[in-house]
Amino acid sequence: MQRKKPSSIGLKILMAVTGILLVLFLYAHMIGNLKIFFGETPFDHYAHWLRTIGNPVLPNQWYLWIQRGGLTIAVIGHIVAATILYGRARKARPVKYAHRPKVQGSYAARTMRWGGVIVVLFVIYHILDLSTLTLNPNAQSGKPYANIVADFAPSRWYVTLFYTLAIVAIGFHLRHGLFSAVRTLGQQTARGERLARTTALVLSLVLVVGYLSVPFAVLTGLVG
Amino acid sequence: MDIKVRVWRQAGPAADGKMVTYDVKDISADASFLEMLDVLNEQLILDGDDPIAFDHDCREGICGMCSMVIDGTPHGPERATTTCQLHMRHFNDGDVIDVEPWRAAAFPVVKDLVVDRTAFDRIIQAGGYISAPTGTAPDAHAMPIPKKDADAAFEAATCIGCGACVAACPNGSAMLFTAAKVAHLGLMPQGQPERDTRVLDMLQAQDDAGFGGCTNMGECTTVCPKGIPLTLIGRLNSDYRKAVTRKS
Amino acid sequence: MTTEYWHEGDPIADTAAPDGPIETRWERRKFSAKLVNPANRRKLTVIVVGTGLAGGSAAATLAEAGYRVKSYCYQDSPRRAHSIAAQGGINAAKNYRNDGDSVYRLFYDTVKGGDFRARESNVYRLAEESANIIDQAVAQGVPFAREYGGLLDNRSFGGTQVSRTFYARGQTGQQLLLGAYQAMERQIALGNIEMNARHEMLELVIVDGKARGIVVRDLVTGEITTEMADAVVLASGGYGNVFFLSTNAKGCNVTASWRAHRKGALFANPCYTQIHPTCIPESGTHQSKLTLMSESLRNDGRVWVPLRGDDKRAPGDIPEEERDYYLERIYPSFGNLVPRDIASRAAKNVCDEGRGVGPGGLGVYLDFADAISRLGRDAVEAKYGNLFEMYQRITGEDPYVVPMRIYPAVHYTMGGLWVDYDLQSTIPGLFVVGEANFSDHGANRLGASALMQGLADGYFVLPNTISNYLASGPFPVVSDEDAAVVEARQAVEDRITRLLAVDGDRTVDSFHRELGHIMWEYCGMERTEEGLTKAIGLIRSLREEFWTRVKVPGTGEELNQNLEKAGRVADFFELGELMCIDALHRRESAGGHFRAESQTPDGEALRHDDEFSYVAAWEYASSFPDGKPTLHKEQLEFEYVHPSTRSYK
Repeated sequence: MQRKKPSSIGLKILMAVTGILLVLFLYAHMIGNLKIFFGETPFDHYAHWLRTIGNPVLPNQWYLWIQRGGLTIAVIGHIVAATILYGRARKARPVKYAHRPKVQGSYAARTMRWGGVIVVLFVIYHILDLSTLTLNPNAQSGKPYANIVADFAPSRWYVTLFYTLAIVAIGFHLRHGLFSAVRTLGQQTARGERLARTTALVLSLVLVVGYLSVPFAVLTGLVG
Repeated sequence: MDIKVRVWRQAGPAADGKMVTYDVKDISADASFLEMLDVLNEQLILDGDDPIAFDHDCREGICGMCSMVIDGTPHGPERATTTCQLHMRHFNDGDVIDVEPWRAAAFPVVKDLVVDRTAFDRIIQAGGYISAPTGTAPDAHAMPIPKKDADAAFEAATCIGCGACVAACPNGSAMLFTAAKVAHLGLMPQGQPERDTRVLDMLQAQDDAGFGGCTNMGECTTVCPKGIPLTLIGRLNSDYRKAVTRKS
Repeated sequence: MTTEYWHEGDPIADTAAPDGPIETRWERRKFSAKLVNPANRRKLTVIVVGTGLAGGSAAATLAEAGYRVKSYCYQDSPRRAHSIAAQGGINAAKNYRNDGDSVYRLFYDTVKGGDFRARESNVYRLAEESANIIDQAVAQGVPFAREYGGLLDNRSFGGTQVSRTFYARGQTGQQLLLGAYQAMERQIALGNIEMNARHEMLELVIVDGKARGIVVRDLVTGEITTEMADAVVLASGGYGNVFFLSTNAKGCNVTASWRAHRKGALFANPCYTQIHPTCIPESGTHQSKLTLMSESLRNDGRVWVPLRGDDKRAPGDIPEEERDYYLERIYPSFGNLVPRDIASRAAKNVCDEGRGVGPGGLGVYLDFADAISRLGRDAVEAKYGNLFEMYQRITGEDPYVVPMRIYPAVHYTMGGLWVDYDLQSTIPGLFVVGEANFSDHGANRLGASALMQGLADGYFVLPNTISNYLASGPFPVVSDEDAAVVEARQAVEDRITRLLAVDGDRTVDSFHRELGHIMWEYCGMERTEEGLTKAIGLIRSLREEFWTRVKVPGTGEELNQNLEKAGRVADFFELGELMCIDALHRRESAGGHFRAESQTPDGEALRHDDEFSYVAAWEYASSFPDGKPTLHKEQLEFEYVHPSTRSYK
């Protein structure tokens, strides 16, 4: 017997749920980032605290690893579902139009897949840069404030540029992704649609501004 | 007016196709797009060429048979209009107009602009109905239906099954078509007993037919000659989720 | 009796019709009809040709009952049959309005509306079943218009005094057809119906005097096959496309019916043609079909043409006193609301006088300027907005500013294959339902009655009567090598070869268009002996020319739309001639048949009940066209509704 393939909507629901989990993480992460404006000591203290969440029930760093595990599963689920759907879409339209249609949908909607790929590449770099410190110019374990300041030093403008591009890509990805997720989970009224669009836009903008405030603060010397 | 059309010519399902350019001279602005092709075909026949095969029937925008992508847009540039209701006055003298068939794996080309849309019938076969064998019906007034629901069901039921949604969707998805039928029947009390099996079976049939998934781009609703709204896909998603939950 | 154009044969009678009180006839016929044991039904196969309201509902219902059904349509899906284009609504004697409606009143209105040329028994049964159709459609989920209380809405339609028309916006036909289509698809999924879309019936197979199968062409591959069954049902629609321009779909054709006629089925009342007054006129020689607009427009629009034929000013520049509101002038009491046939003929007359407007002078103005100034633009928009939009889409003119142009167009054909009360033709085992038969509308069909008849036939009548025939089956298996089968298939192949072999210099459409002109000119709204005689001659010579000059490109072994058209047009030639002969022989005016020689001094239709109160059932002459068709008369009896003159003064 042929194995039943996962349903398209089932895969979309998986993407919506994992996507929302990842957005929640991004928001938590962003709020943490903003601690940098309180100065070096509070920020480093916050970073250290992350390793002690769950104490004394959980030994040091356990929570962090659980969260990393959960995020990894979410990311993999998100990507696998996206890949399957992408494959199906490719197969569903084997011959392209000679006259490329004028695209009616939003820019964000059309860039979901490539935007997703950029985000993945960025996340890899980001982990190597600020978690494992492999690529960090300062690379002092336990000194995240100094590492960040070194990272976004004006002389390393290209890092800031890449970071900015990646964050903007995330913004676009979220703008359509959040709206899309809400519909996938069953939003079906015209009013709800407008609300979902606005909310998705606001949440994406806040996220972009929140994340970009750090490198630009470093760049402009506000943090340093 | 004088125009040129570049038309997809393909002799049969397995043949290679290509775009071929034809001159159409002195066509009336009051002619419909299909009438323009009629005129061209008359000329091709007399010239000893093979006329262009295209699907059409009622020519009043309701049967859903006409199907061509005109300058990259299914049914052409006018919104909420089928190809048969599109008139040449929307084009200009000297235009070069590209005409292609619906492009989707689930809608293989039969010849030229004619495609096979039986995949839509298979989706309906999977559950796009209410089981009510002839003779079993209670009096029509036995079950009042709120006007709001009846009107909403009607809006969804106006789908003509042309397939423009699939042709426009970059994913080749039939989600709007399926959503319209699921909403039409699911909005009425008669449709409730089969509501869960309907959505699960129709979606299965849709996946099996080789349509892609929806990424909420909304191209489908933009080209839909009947303006079936995108929100119905949200309703379909919701029905699916509830059906899966209840099933397990 | 023999005339130049026809022989008169023996009268024919409907032997299946029960007599006695009309209220109990259908009940008694159902009781007397033989039944088929449910276990035996799956051994019986029924072919249904056509998937519109009649064919779709019949196929679904027969399959639900347990028969094996094979269904055929020329479109790519059964959902596309032209029933889908019906706008107005469907009549049913539900009396939900408590306005005095009843089965008897619907029966009475329909017999009278048909100008006393329909069978009382059939019409009564139609009225009885009408209510069941609504129940059935609602159970299937057809989204009829509803009121705020949740109950079904009704409107009055076509000038009736009761509100008995159920509707779904302006798309009633679409919604009813989708209901039947979905019921069919359910049976297809269950394996009870074998659906063959993009297949066209090209011949009927008769074995031992019974209809046992059809020859079909797969329109995609060109393959010709013979399909056998225990009975054959034709639900192939009307023949309005003989006029080339009509409100029918482009593919609508008479071939299935005509092939059966050539094999012996009588063709009844071919000349009864309904012409609808409010269609959008032709815009040029490219015109491929005509579009109907709801007649309700005449409630507020005023019809006029310029007084002088040479007045070529824009309508807005023509002063009141130089306009001729001819309907209001000729029919002061009814004015713009005169019945369809009167309005149509009056439009033709003013255009014949050279006063028509628009391209080719074939149009009259339908002016809403007064209505807009009296009611306001918003009120007019609320009432007719969608129609105005449709008009603007097609013509590119804004009817709020420039008067609409309208012209009559062929819309429906009341004639069709002759059937008895059981809907069985003169060939045993060949049943005919919907517009393809002739039985219920007489000489004129009332608005919102076509959907009613198609569905009554398919859902409720045929499934009950066909069992009487099938009870004597299953019939012996017919081999593919049977002489009758081979002969039928050979005939189809020969005909295709012949069509392709001509390889002349004129296209099929050019012939069809010319045939349409002849039919419209001489067998259209007004017919005369002289014109009809002339038309017969013209048709014969055009047909001859067709077979020597037509050019059909391509081959028979592929999708070849011109080959399909050529076969259909070839049959339209023969039908057109029979229509003219029928019109010629009926020297009276009745419903959709107006003979100029038979009118009152006021120009109204004049029936001759003493001479023509019969159904004209024509038998194909085997040597046709050299031979002559034979007329068989079925006398009509009116026991309940006594013939009277329609009056609208």
